[in-house]
Amino acid sequence: MSEIVKTDAVIIGAGPVGLFAVFELGLVDIKSHVIDILDKPGGQCAELYPEKPIYDIPGLPMVTGAQLVKNLQEQIKPFGPTFEYGARVETLEKIDGGFRLKTDIGGIIEAKVVVIAAGGGSFESKKPPLPGIEQYENKSVFYLVRSMEAFRGKNIVIAGGGDSALDWTLNLAPLAKKLTLLHRRDAFRAAPDSVNKMKALVAEKKIDFLLGQLHGLEGANGQLTKVIARRDDNSTFDIEADALLPFFGLTIKLGPVGTWGFTLDQERIVVDTEKFETSMPGVFAIGDINYYPGKLKLILSGFHEAALMSQAAHKIIYPDKRLVFQYTTTSSSLQKKLGV
Amino acid sequence: MPKITYIEHDGTSRTVDAEVGSTVMENAIRNGIPGIEAECGGACSCATCHVHVDEAWMEKVGKPAPMEEDMLDFAFDVRPNSRLSCQIKVTDELDGLIVTTPEQQG
Repeated sequence: MSEIVKTDAVIIGAGPVGLFAVFELGLVDIKSHVIDILDKPGGQCAELYPEKPIYDIPGLPMVTGAQLVKNLQEQIKPFGPTFEYGARVETLEKIDGGFRLKTDIGGIIEAKVVVIAAGGGSFESKKPPLPGIEQYENKSVFYLVRSMEAFRGKNIVIAGGGDSALDWTLNLAPLAKKLTLLHRRDAFRAAPDSVNKMKALVAEKKIDFLLGQLHGLEGANGQLTKVIARRDDNSTFDIEADALLPFFGLTIKLGPVGTWGFTLDQERIVVDTEKFETSMPGVFAIGDINYYPGKLKLILSGFHEAALMSQAAHKIIYPDKRLVFQYTTTSSSLQKKLGV
Repeated sequence: MPKITYIEHDGTSRTVDAEVGSTVMENAIRNGIPGIEAECGGACSCATCHVHVDEAWMEKVGKPAPMEEDMLDFAFDVRPNSRLSCQIKVTDELDGLIVTTPEQQG
């Protein structure tokens, strides 16, 4: 990951607004590189409501989150954006002629303009509200598995009943000294095939399945020794544990963006309504992440903001070029860019 | 208009007027009630509007639907009286409803 990605515009967030920004920037000859913390495009549309119908996209009486994302991907194809998934931008620094961004997995991107289209922020794993859990995080409590080998020969407790909990139960069972799956009920929202495989492992006594919920942790110096669980009748029991993997889905937190020095209003980045530029010239914020008087958190608003932002970005990237306003219906030069 | 009382984890209590047909989550957001986040906006897909329904109201409020029960797997401190407040519709019958918000949503 040491190679530096150089681009005109870097877009943080591959939700609907970030994707449409690729289109609007593309029309004014600005090339985009898109980064998202999820492993796929779509943001909330993909993660929170892929199957839910959306009724307020102009011209589409009804569209699901997943279909909208698919349509947008199709729409921006002519502009050949590059994508980087599973990465979170940690730092933003001003350099000569633009900005340098660094991701949590070691990526470096240099861009002339930055477009923050991060919605509510970044998706992060939900952290169980257990007293003192912070001292164990990344030492013996993990929200994701970077290397399976690190769990070999350990007493592992996996908490949760979704796909992540079941998938890691199946993957880590052969390596573990002992693996215990802890879930609040004997029903799972995970893929039925995974559930059957897990039940087979329980029947063969290769893993334990216990009914209960996380209640407390015991250990010292970041090393867990016990997980305390609570049953529905409020009685508790201990599980010997070297490692705990809680899988309770994702939540949205503003994340590093909040520490880059922008003027904020209630966890949102304040922008003007001409260019949708932040308090840092050359850095724009569009979609749910921004705030201005009258702001509505609608996908529709984000699309509009993307169009106006692109005009301002053009002035930065091509200071000597006059931008002639054109329609895609009639402009042969725009149609050439679109490949139609 | 029916009244709903929200009690925070620390005991702070707030009572609001709720329109019939709206959800218990929507009334919390409209009135700035802390302890209910509703990240997904009411799509039953995030479990950050989790509440504990007062025991006396459990029967009238009813049990969660299967999809909601599934989503509760992603909440913490789930109890037999747990519901996602975006899935509770306000009716005249629920006038006086009391719910408690958990220590942490997400």
